[in-house]
Amino acid sequence: MRWLVTLAALAFAATCYANDVGQIKNLRGTVHVERDGQKLAAATGMSVRQSDVLVTGADGSVGVTFLDNSLLSIGPGSALAIDRYSFDSTTHDGQFDASLKRGTLAVVSGRMVKRSPEAMRVHTPSSIMGVRGTEFFVKVTEPGR
Amino acid sequence: MVAVLAIMALVILFSQPSAPSPATELVVLVPSADGHTGAVVVEHGGKRTVLDQPYAANRIGRESGSARLTEGQVRSTFGPTAAAIPARPAAFLLYFVMGSDELTEESKGELARMLEELRRRPAPDILVIGHTDRVGSEEDNDRLSLQRAERVRANFVAQGIAAERIRAAGRGEREPVVQTADGVDEPRNRRVEINVR
Repeated sequence: MRWLVTLAALAFAATCYANDVGQIKNLRGTVHVERDGQKLAAATGMSVRQSDVLVTGADGSVGVTFLDNSLLSIGPGSALAIDRYSFDSTTHDGQFDASLKRGTLAVVSGRMVKRSPEAMRVHTPSSIMGVRGTEFFVKVTEPGR
Repeated sequence: MVAVLAIMALVILFSQPSAPSPATELVVLVPSADGHTGAVVVEHGGKRTVLDQPYAANRIGRESGSARLTEGQVRSTFGPTAAAIPARPAAFLLYFVMGSDELTEESKGELARMLEELRRRPAPDILVIGHTDRVGSEEDNDRLSLQRAERVRANFVAQGIAAERIRAAGRGEREPVVQTADGVDEPRNRRVEINVR
């Protein structure tokens, strides 16, 4: 009986892994997550972690809700890196850096930006966007495309 | 001679696009779901540009600078991206009959509407927090608040929402909406908060 309880606790810990910073809520077409040098097929409900890179195919799109209620989505032919994410659910302090390598991105800022403007930054190959709120889109067309 | 030079210049000009073009970037601020427009500061080459008007845009590339897009242009460029934005996090309140985990008649109707909303979300995370008024002891209210939250959770599960996606917690009489003296029967404090994202 005791080991069953331990097992249940472990299973719970696994589903709420401390590195999880967001969750895939919407998904269409081909989408994968690059994590620790591996290419994982993305699925609705899958957790997103710091250092993950979300990549969509020509038919793909994906939307992620983060711990502070920030919402990010990317359209077809896109690559987005979650460079850094931290959030304190008590104080709402945090830091969020994401990089759009190519394609299209939608951002709806969350609690950390409400608490401290520009706590969230979106990087592109040539610029940095400080987010004061709330909704915007970014498009990066790669050289030669 | 001049004509030959002019033609050569034209050839060079028009051959430019076949060379690898630099990356182009576009940022556009849009009004949020509640109609309010925020702001984004774009930093590029040591220069800061503030976008704070609806559909204000900044381009970097062959034609750099500020611009104003139309709603239609945003839709045609970002349609599939916008469609993939997750459902906005939402909060609901349900109220209870005094001293029980039975919902008020009005809240029973509200519960049905809420279930519709929950079902539209493919992978919802639901947090149900129960509260009480200040009638009865603190220990009884801790128990009752959790009982209320668990009852709502069980209702969601019975209606087909996956159990592992719902957490329930009780806060007793600690977080009233309306401050009252101890022992006061206050319907607005007998509630569960439901947060979904």
